[in-house]
Amino acid sequence: MATKSIVAPQFPASTAVETVPLSAMHAGEQGVVVRLSGGRCMLSRMASLGFTPGAEICIVQNFGRGPLIARVRDARIALGRGEADKIYVKR
Amino acid sequence: MTTPPLSSANVGADSQSITAAPPVLVALAGQPNVGKTTVFNLLTGMNQHVGNWPGKTVERKEGTFTHHDTVYRLVDLPGTYSLTANSAEEVVAREFIIREQPDVVVAVVDAATLERSLYLVAELLPLPAPVIVALNMIDVAKQEGVSIEPDVLAAALGVPVVPMVATRNIGIRTMLDTIEYLVGGDAVYTPKIPQIRADHQEVLEAIEKIIDHCVPDPYPQEWVALKLLEGDEEVTKMMRACLNAPQWDAVYDILRAHDDALVAVASGRYEWIGRMIRAAVTRPRAGQIGLTERIDRWAAHPFWGLLILAGILGLTFWLTYAIGTPFQEALDAYVVSGLARLATAALSGAPLWLQGLVVDGAIGGVGAVLTFLPILVIFFAVMGVLEDMGYMARAAYVMDGFMHVMGLHGKSFLPLFIGFGCNVPAVLGTRVIESRRARLLTILLTPLIPCTARLAVLAFLAPAFFGRAAMVVSWGLILLALAVLALSGALINKVFFRGDRAAFIMELPLYHVPNWRTIGLLVWQRSISFVKKAGTLILVVSIIIWVLSTLPGGDIESSYLAAIGQFLEPVGRLAGLDWRLIVALLTSFIAKENTIASLGVIFGAGTGSGLLETLAETFSPATGLSFLVVQMLFVPCVATVAVIKQETDSWRWTLFNLGFLLLISWSAGVAVYWLARLFGL
Repeated sequence: MATKSIVAPQFPASTAVETVPLSAMHAGEQGVVVRLSGGRCMLSRMASLGFTPGAEICIVQNFGRGPLIARVRDARIALGRGEADKIYVKR
Repeated sequence: MTTPPLSSANVGADSQSITAAPPVLVALAGQPNVGKTTVFNLLTGMNQHVGNWPGKTVERKEGTFTHHDTVYRLVDLPGTYSLTANSAEEVVAREFIIREQPDVVVAVVDAATLERSLYLVAELLPLPAPVIVALNMIDVAKQEGVSIEPDVLAAALGVPVVPMVATRNIGIRTMLDTIEYLVGGDAVYTPKIPQIRADHQEVLEAIEKIIDHCVPDPYPQEWVALKLLEGDEEVTKMMRACLNAPQWDAVYDILRAHDDALVAVASGRYEWIGRMIRAAVTRPRAGQIGLTERIDRWAAHPFWGLLILAGILGLTFWLTYAIGTPFQEALDAYVVSGLARLATAALSGAPLWLQGLVVDGAIGGVGAVLTFLPILVIFFAVMGVLEDMGYMARAAYVMDGFMHVMGLHGKSFLPLFIGFGCNVPAVLGTRVIESRRARLLTILLTPLIPCTARLAVLAFLAPAFFGRAAMVVSWGLILLALAVLALSGALINKVFFRGDRAAFIMELPLYHVPNWRTIGLLVWQRSISFVKKAGTLILVVSIIIWVLSTLPGGDIESSYLAAIGQFLEPVGRLAGLDWRLIVALLTSFIAKENTIASLGVIFGAGTGSGLLETLAETFSPATGLSFLVVQMLFVPCVATVAVIKQETDSWRWTLFNLGFLLLISWSAGVAVYWLARLFGL
């Protein structure tokens, strides 16, 4: 129930699509945010920086360890790996 | 939405005669990196005042400007991404708009990241003040291939949209005319306020029904309901106090059943933004890689990025020594000594104590402040350039991993590193850190970075005790200071902040050519603020220390300061230090270099090689090592303490910091002394 309402309307939750954390995506890959997890404060900060369900994302840099860079809503955002683990993306 | 009271100052040509009329109040809002500061500086020039928001360590900038004979008061709100109570800045910004109800809010948005920039506008529109959107950096957007039709956007938003390039003074006049039009009586202002996503409309209405007539003035009821739904801490606290128990329980039940509403509200705003810009914006072809991302392939690379950072830092220090040091010496030789000569001549008939007080105490203190300035100006300028160009965020990004160990994140790196030059700009430089907790921790750790003056004392004294091994010992002591810094960071973080680490999520802004006006004003304001605030404290402490080191007899060996040193000797003895070394440490409070001068005076040996020989004969290597360790970790100079007080805005944290440093420097001294004795030094 609860998860349903935070899923972007144009991309209904489906078990058929592959959902991965942002941290697992490679540089140059694109996707759409499906779900965010984390505390209220964290969610609020992510949302104000452009991460909400339905947002298109492109990974700019990800070396597999350390922080990474994602492009979302035309802005480049640097995220710690812990933060990137909490953003789920449909490729 | 209520129309705000219109200012009576706006009556055209005769406004000058109505001197009592309050100026039109304009608030400047915007997300970070949208060029808000440039707009502010452009409008107010030198007519600005920098201070703090009451009770907060958030910088408050205010200024005035005149347009068509009307005086406008411009308040620069802190740069924030949203208006939810996640940080002090966000609370300051929205409280100002709600309580002061400015005549106009100018919302600066970045045309190149329009979608994200408009998020703040979506939060501003429901507040009780008319909004003008300043569509800044349209030139950058064009470069990135984005084209925007301002008229279409204005029609969609229902608020005026003014395209501008603030760095080139394009569009500012149109903005002023628009402000004038909007505060004038017959303006039509019908904003299209964003609505919550349809699936949460009913919930919002349910909350509104419960809190109806209970919302304290001047908060808009619908806004309060929305913030409750978003889980905003401040608004929740406020309404909990205003509602009776059954009402609060009813609200609480709704909120608990919809704890995901925050994301729905945020998505609702972005959907609204999407509708606003769909017609007005033509996007570039997908896959186009801009200049910024090409630079970042190097500048944000885990290896090359570090090399580039090292190069930039090397250049900074080279600049400091190549330009700053000669300036410093010239100031000392001509201005400070000149002043001293003048004062001596003027006071030739006065009693000796008065001469001493003025020449050695007061002018010595003024000299300390003055000679700081060249170094400060260079560091402020370098920090300003790096910040304005957009590089600062990259430095933070590549250093993030290292800084995590201390419970800090990447943004703390640059201020700390600047500390090797001088702790004062390092403490002031922590302003780039948004997280209050991370900023406080960085300030508390800064004194553990050995500054140029401490390093000079180390370099001078180490050969006295260790001869050829001096180099190795010096490097060892620097590493020791850094290890203590890392350990203290981890410890303070664990004890005072319960180990929670600041989340690392920040924007990497587009690179752009630095704006010299912005940087010039920043350097000017910071320097003036240092001279004004720190200057007073430095002067007072310098005079006190001078008095203590002179009275009653006129020489330091029999002075009150020596008596204090002798009183403290039992404590110092544990670390192998006698009263003379303690006095040298105490005088280092004015400036670290004083350590050497004081030793020279006490041993009557000047500050040349004679002093080194005397010290080597008087003290064992164990005592020498202990003294150097204490010197490296001791409380910082009074200038640093002054800015720590200014930036933490708390005597408690400042005194805690001093106590902490005294304790660890003394403990480390004791430990090193006895270890050295154990090894027969």
